[in-house]
Amino acid sequence: MRIAVCIKQVPGTSKVEVDPETGVLKRDGVDSKLNPYDLYGLETALQMKQAVPGSTVTAITMGPPQSEEIIREAFMMGADEGVILSDRRFAGSDVLATSWTLAQGLQVSGPFDLIVCGKQTTDGDTAQVGAEVAEFLHVPHLCNVLKIEKLNEKSMIAELDLPQHVQKVRINLPCLVAVEKGIYEPRLPSFRRKLATAERKIRWLKLDDLPDNNEKHYGLNGSPTQVARIFPPESTQIQVTWNQPESEIATRVFELLKERKFLQQAR
Amino acid sequence: MAEIIIHSDKISDPEAAMKLCPFAAIVQENGKLEITAACKMCRLCIKKGPPGAFEMVENIEEEINTADWQGIAVYVEHEEGAVHPVTLELLGKAKELAKKAPQPIYCLFIGKDIKEKAAELLPYGADEIFIYDDPAFEHFRIEPYAAAFADFVEKRHPAIILVGGTTVGRSLAPRIAARFRTGLTADCTSLEIQKDGGLAQIRPAFGGNIMAHIMTPRRRPQFATVRYKIFSMPEPEAKPKGKIIPCKVKAEFLKSAIEVLEIMPKQQVKGIEDAEVIIAAGRGIKKQEDLEMLQELATLLNGELASTRSLIESGWVDPRRQIGLSGRTVKPKLLITCGISGAIQFVAGMKGSEIIMSINTDPEAPIFKTAHYCLIGDLYKIVPELISKIKAAGSAAKFIQNPGA
Repeated sequence: MRIAVCIKQVPGTSKVEVDPETGVLKRDGVDSKLNPYDLYGLETALQMKQAVPGSTVTAITMGPPQSEEIIREAFMMGADEGVILSDRRFAGSDVLATSWTLAQGLQVSGPFDLIVCGKQTTDGDTAQVGAEVAEFLHVPHLCNVLKIEKLNEKSMIAELDLPQHVQKVRINLPCLVAVEKGIYEPRLPSFRRKLATAERKIRWLKLDDLPDNNEKHYGLNGSPTQVARIFPPESTQIQVTWNQPESEIATRVFELLKERKFLQQAR
Repeated sequence: MAEIIIHSDKISDPEAAMKLCPFAAIVQENGKLEITAACKMCRLCIKKGPPGAFEMVENIEEEINTADWQGIAVYVEHEEGAVHPVTLELLGKAKELAKKAPQPIYCLFIGKDIKEKAAELLPYGADEIFIYDDPAFEHFRIEPYAAAFADFVEKRHPAIILVGGTTVGRSLAPRIAARFRTGLTADCTSLEIQKDGGLAQIRPAFGGNIMAHIMTPRRRPQFATVRYKIFSMPEPEAKPKGKIIPCKVKAEFLKSAIEVLEIMPKQQVKGIEDAEVIIAAGRGIKKQEDLEMLQELATLLNGELASTRSLIESGWVDPRRQIGLSGRTVKPKLLITCGISGAIQFVAGMKGSEIIMSINTDPEAPIFKTAHYCLIGDLYKIVPELISKIKAAGSAAKFIQNPGA
């Protein structure tokens, strides 16, 4: 069977600041890395490949040309093929446009029996792209997957993390799964595979290579949400001192706990 | 398409122009400045560059008539019929929004045997509760739930849809947003409405270091998910005026590739790393039995008990509950330290906590350098008093036991 795994290159640090005066992002260089949650997606895809002999794993990403680095990293872990969606016209994509572009790329390089995503990225942090991709590909999806077993070419059994329960389901393929951190221990990239895959060709896709050629569906144009502005969060680093009789302190603590919803009441 | 065009004649210093971009998307090729696929359309080059040097050219798809979309809908989050409290918080917010831009408030409730549960929701302000009640909805399965949700959106045309940021909400909402090709803003921390019904969605970006103000100007519905405990729970109305409207979807849409085999209880054994509330004990605790009082406070706040190294060494506390360099690093929403002086090894393991309250009799204790709330007093007086206050409030209303995310 054919397995795809969606990965993303993210900034190497989350220490991004806004200049409060100018509203400009302050970034030191453009240090970047593979989204840490995607390591679990990659490992899941590779485990599934081992479970069904003859399977292949395709790593797919959308991003600037530098994204080649993370596809090479996926090769070093054991992925067989790599696809990069890279085009200036994808710039400014929100969740919808990103999902649309990825779904288009998966159609061109597919069909796939199983698509694996990480739980979320560390930069966008929305955890929504997987479900939207599944919608565009008309396949069912499972989010928050804790465990997968009994995978075969027709179906698999998975456990999902719901707010209060764990749901155990059987799902028919094709489908998309977004896996939780810790579903498997990600393997380390291998130097031997690095050498073996150094020359491996990666498939580059531009907008014109996709089935939907309408520019209005990509990038900023295809993004229904717009960032009106960015601003630094209000500082919560206050410090107060309460030095008074203990019963008064207890009352103030109680009021604060109530206000901050630590004493949330049921109906 | 939308793109940024460079007018090179207006740029005297190409090196400086390249530095304008925080994403290094402006490059020089064959002596000519170009923008690469790394461009995130942040438009800083337009704002900060030489006047007129960078220009944005837009070509936007046809707009939908936003006036055809009215009403604020709240998705009723539940598991096996037990309504998640985030639903009520969202109803409270919907009411606030509808006050500023008058429109009806809807609830969308999908499940099995839910008529009575729907009636219980009426006092929380919905004008109409649309219920999709069918055995196919007994368990959450994405395709039937999405079909009912989409049916509701098609028929009612709500302008705004609020969904709880739980694992179910975050699986369902993107599916519907994609089906209607509209925007979805995850984990909003603040929502405001404009006179024209536009929803201003505020959320942290880049790991919380930056806040982003997001709009969905030309598509409807405007979708937002919000986490539990961000908004306040409304008071129930004495005389609810809303009504319940039964709805149905065609049987063919209830099919699913998913078969639910088992619903298992969640393992409640949580490590202190996962706790949202931690009560930490230190050397100010005189004897092991006194820890029971702190454990009681932790239980009341749905939290966990932890300690410094000294109590681990005395054998009073399980070593897995140690905070600090030689123990665990914790980042709870609330940490209350009791009788802890604040050695640097301890502080290293807890300084990322959102709210730090510290009780200590010594005003000079180093912990007060780190604490947000410095409570100078005797923990043996403050803690019992606090416990009795919480219990008194709790006897008037039932506390939720860990409804989860």
